[in-house]
Amino acid sequence: MHELSIAESLLRIIVDESKKHGLERISKIKLQIGKFTAVIPDSLNFCFEMVSEGTVAAGARIEIETVGVTAKCDKCDSSFEVEDRVFLCPRCGEPALELLSGRELSILSIEGETGEEDDGNSSSCCS
Amino acid sequence: MTEIQVPVVRNILQANERLAAENRRRFDEAGIFVVNLMSSPGAGKTSLLEKTIEALTGRMGIAVIEGDLQSSYDAERIRKKGVQAVQINTDGGCHLDGNMIQIALESLDLSKVDLLIIENVGNLVCPAEFNLGEHEKIMILSIAEGDDKPIKYPLMFQICSVVLVNKIDLLPYTDCDLGKIRERVRQLNARGKIMEISCRTGEGFAPWLSWVEEKVGEHRKLRAGKHQ
Repeated sequence: MHELSIAESLLRIIVDESKKHGLERISKIKLQIGKFTAVIPDSLNFCFEMVSEGTVAAGARIEIETVGVTAKCDKCDSSFEVEDRVFLCPRCGEPALELLSGRELSILSIEGETGEEDDGNSSSCCS
Repeated sequence: MTEIQVPVVRNILQANERLAAENRRRFDEAGIFVVNLMSSPGAGKTSLLEKTIEALTGRMGIAVIEGDLQSSYDAERIRKKGVQAVQINTDGGCHLDGNMIQIALESLDLSKVDLLIIENVGNLVCPAEFNLGEHEKIMILSIAEGDDKPIKYPLMFQICSVVLVNKIDLLPYTDCDLGKIRERVRQLNARGKIMEISCRTGEGFAPWLSWVEEKVGEHRKLRAGKHQ
């Protein structure tokens, strides 16, 4: 259940970013999570719901973009997708020592409402 | 009200990463070799420490940080061996993190320490995601757990530089296949060293002890270099 620690860290960053950008309510959080992390999306959702209660992010929807596992072969330099946890190069059979992707655990963006009236000032819009 | 989207792009665990980096700087300044020892509960972490301390006492200064959900049982076991040990109780938390290590370091005198072993909470999943500032992650898999564990907990087996296969004295009584363990670990982690040991009989300890001594030697040299 380390998803609880991850949810707490996530909330801290979101509260911090909300203040920075003047957001009063967060509606959506986009995350990027690698397939080679030990994170279960449902558990993370559940834990986040729990820790965000009564905060600016209460009720926010978490959207997860998953990233596949890729590795690079030391011998022939080719990159390949790791299937079934076998880190052997499909071209030359050598073990790949470098993991290129799969361990991501990042926030990509947050979406929410500012307290200001919509007066056409677009300085805060980044999408 | 205006609905806006803000790009953030931050590592969720950045706070922990920052603390781990601070710990690492501290270890490097002191020239201490630090190991993060992980395994499932009952695989033999504390027994490995006891045997390792017995063999290396007098050759190097050793300290231990013990992580457990409850009790100071393990730290007491280690203190009996004559080395400094500080217990962290996570009160239900399933892993150690950089902050807990920082707090534990306050209770240790590192001036004569060459090797610091951090015994993580028994768990093959969660500790894998949290760096503590260690130089090497190592793990124990015990024979009784079965040869399928590398398939079921790939991340743990992928990130460790040493996989100690413990309780090999039990091999005749189980269906565990050492060949399958070696093959499955190699597919995940070609760089990982596999060492077969028995904490009960002491079998196979020589390569493990030389690995530790070699690493401690490298870090001592770094320390000596700094103080010249």
